[in-house]
Amino acid sequence: MSAVAPPLPYRVADAWDETADTRSIELVPAGRELPPFSPGQFAMIYAFGVGAVPISASALRGRHGGLVHTVRAVGAVSTALCRLRSGDTAGLSGPYGTGWDLEAAVGHDVLVIAGGIGLAPLRPVVHAVLDRPAAYGRLVILVGARTPADLVYRDEIESWRGPARVEVTVDRPGQGWRGAVGVVTTFLDHLDLRPDRTSALVCGPEVMMRHTARDLVARGLVPHRVQVSLERNMHCATGHCGHCQLGPLLLCRDGPVVGYDRVAQLLLVREL
Amino acid sequence: MSLDADGNASPAAASDGLVISRGGMAALVDVLVRRGFTVVGPTVRDGAIVLAELRSADELPYGRGVELEAGRYRLRERSDGAAFANSAGPQSWKAFLHPSRVREWSADRVGDEVVFTADQVTPPRYAFLGVRPCDLRAIAVQDRVLTGGVYRDPVYEGRRSGALLIVVECTEPGATCFCVSMGTGPAASPGYDLVMTEVVDEDGHHFWARSGSPEGAEILAELPGHPADPETQETARAGVAAAADRMGRTLPEADLRELMAGTLDAPRWDDVAGRCLTCGNCTMVCPTCFCTTTEDITDLTGDHAERWRLWDSCFDLDFSQLHGGPVRASSRSRYRQWMTHKLGTWYDQFGSSGCVGCGRCIVWCPVGIDITEEAAALHDWTRSGAPESAPESP
Amino acid sequence: MVTHLRAATEPGPATDPRPTLAVWKFASCDGCQLTLLDCEDELLGLTERVRIDHFLEMTPAEGADGERARLAGRGPYDLSLVEGSITTAEDAERIQHVRRISRYLVTIGACATAGGIQALRNFTDVDEFLDAVYAQPEYIGTLETSTPISAHVPVDFELRGCPIDRRQLLEVITAHLAGRRPQISSHSVCFECKRRGTTCITVAHGTPCLGPVTHAGCGAICPAFGRGCYGCFGPMSKPNLRSMVAQLRHDGMSERDIQRVFRTFNAASPEYAPVPDLAAEGQHSSRA
Repeated sequence: MSAVAPPLPYRVADAWDETADTRSIELVPAGRELPPFSPGQFAMIYAFGVGAVPISASALRGRHGGLVHTVRAVGAVSTALCRLRSGDTAGLSGPYGTGWDLEAAVGHDVLVIAGGIGLAPLRPVVHAVLDRPAAYGRLVILVGARTPADLVYRDEIESWRGPARVEVTVDRPGQGWRGAVGVVTTFLDHLDLRPDRTSALVCGPEVMMRHTARDLVARGLVPHRVQVSLERNMHCATGHCGHCQLGPLLLCRDGPVVGYDRVAQLLLVREL
Repeated sequence: MSLDADGNASPAAASDGLVISRGGMAALVDVLVRRGFTVVGPTVRDGAIVLAELRSADELPYGRGVELEAGRYRLRERSDGAAFANSAGPQSWKAFLHPSRVREWSADRVGDEVVFTADQVTPPRYAFLGVRPCDLRAIAVQDRVLTGGVYRDPVYEGRRSGALLIVVECTEPGATCFCVSMGTGPAASPGYDLVMTEVVDEDGHHFWARSGSPEGAEILAELPGHPADPETQETARAGVAAAADRMGRTLPEADLRELMAGTLDAPRWDDVAGRCLTCGNCTMVCPTCFCTTTEDITDLTGDHAERWRLWDSCFDLDFSQLHGGPVRASSRSRYRQWMTHKLGTWYDQFGSSGCVGCGRCIVWCPVGIDITEEAAALHDWTRSGAPESAPESP
Repeated sequence: MVTHLRAATEPGPATDPRPTLAVWKFASCDGCQLTLLDCEDELLGLTERVRIDHFLEMTPAEGADGERARLAGRGPYDLSLVEGSITTAEDAERIQHVRRISRYLVTIGACATAGGIQALRNFTDVDEFLDAVYAQPEYIGTLETSTPISAHVPVDFELRGCPIDRRQLLEVITAHLAGRRPQISSHSVCFECKRRGTTCITVAHGTPCLGPVTHAGCGAICPAFGRGCYGCFGPMSKPNLRSMVAQLRHDGMSERDIQRVFRTFNAASPEYAPVPDLAAEGQHSSRA
């Protein structure tokens, strides 16, 4: 007998809007439970009859003790996931992939840099660092978004001020925005960076990660201390379907989080 | 115990193996069928030597050879009556081990619940008769890809674990073969249950058979034949050695992984893109290409859903689709992905080359694109003062 | 069967939860619409899921109250299947109406998606045809061109084929009902030959075949019967026609044959536009 394991049924314990097109859903096991997730690892979430997509966990333990995922409605599956309401069932498999290497950051200042919904996979990092403040140096969180309306976790971001230095910027401010305008990397000039004892964790659009990582290295960070979380088409999440290749990497297996030292050259090759 | 040509019992499977006749080959298929195997081997269908279920050894392509060239395959008669003097055909064993279409599981909506059901399948127990040495290595490559990592593909594993592999060494390479370049043939490397070498000479039509596993030895012991004599062994070895000298193609003698990593900007990719149809044939016939896509479907009630898995290809525009468009939109980048993966990044991902030199991608490309020619062109480019190429850091 | 169907398609009460389906015909042969009726095993199941409100091939439209069948439906409809191309001024108006009363509009078949065989007129002088064919051409009202539906209104999904494949039609409908993307790929027919284990007829027999540039979906029927694909599903995404034309020449086709093989049901597909020049320019060269 041989059989591919289907997803496990998980029940939506809670679901709420983050922005106009982005929702978070907290999932609790309806029966058997998946092994624990680490920050940066992802699940394949199956919307009944529609399909499955890879989504990194945005909180490892929600208010109901479940896994939280933040989903932006950009395709059929993500739209179906955004339509889930409390009590609905989704299929979950995972945890998949290589997450953020937080152990490598112990003793270091932790620099979290997020663009848009890229903050979602980084939020468990913030939680983990805030849970063990003694293990790390300073925590600096730089968040960028297209517009103020595209900022996710706005209230929670405010709650991080104090234990962390938090800077938020938008590309297009609109009415009533009193914060910074521009790309997140502009903050780098105003940080008292200690390059030899800083670990940076970056997630956002690929072009943003490329520029950010390059700027960080230019400011003296060792490339392998800059971690990025990359996205490619994924079907199986088990290294067998071939879709998520980036040169020598299978991003579902070797990623999604990889050291910039491994991808700096790869990201420069067009259409790799 | 085995029987000799006169039907007398002879010492079972001597270490030097057994020489069997065409009658012995017929007995082999009978033994395999009796043991409950689904026997798959080469047979002529639709003007090609395909792999299909065999009910008897009569269906083997006795007296049929092939003429191969880039983009061209023709059957031809062979006066010597040999069954295995033909090289790789239109399919490979992956059609059986890694099927083109599999239902993985289904899901039903029952009230508020969703019930998932695994697709429990007991695969047939295959005996593959006539695996070429290059294809044996291709199976080993897919073993590593699909069962060698943290996750094991249960569909492949279920079919592979019970499969009996009967290799026939290569004595007649095609014009598109380059197994010597890849170190995969024409002699068999370990991993088989039985290996045979076909000998047609003035003494008749024989197969020198040796076992490579206890099960292979058991089967061999049931076949009529006589212990291998030195002359037959010598003729067989000479036939395989001669095949090594008659390879139709070679790959450049260079570190191919380095060559691929260092030529990502070569103008040759534009040249091949002008010819490439992006039809996907090379990937589908490749015995190691493993990529699949998933299809989630529903029935009309909307309460029953299924997950299917199908062969996919990096030549499909949708293969690299992300929100915002495909990563590899140009045909240049898609051909480059295929070839650099096959010859280069496969090492990084799975510890070996992805190419075994079977030549199928050359033969079955409708426009005859030749991976050995493309590799040679890239190699020439690096040696003829390529502009500062950017070799990747290891 | 028909009686049952009629019962199943009668307008239900206002509380009928079923989405409504409409089928529309423009310039076409009706073959694609008939594919819906050809879904014999699934048709009753389908009518449990959707209410077929407008389908002249099957039932008098809006006919429950004895009203005669009409070309234009009332709507609105959740899902409209549109067959045929636009060849008259009236149809150019009517498609606007259909679009207005349709939430999700799917074109079915080569006529609706590419202009059909009737788009051969696009390459010549229509008045000449009219004079040659009709005794009194002044009675014929027609446009100079046959154009796909997408040239007139936004289209949500285009289903290929001449005719369409019934499994694909069911897939589009069930996918729409489930809110998912239809599992319909735009790669070559070669994928389908290989998945079903058909030996390539071009490579093994030298048979000219459009499979490498043709949109999949038929299940690769023709090559399975030893016949070259003639492209009834139209071009795949980003076909390499230069290489295909060179290969057809290599396989023995003349410039005229090559031009003609692309001048069929999908003749007006923009992807095929370079074919005449490609066929002419390479006449004296062939694959190395």
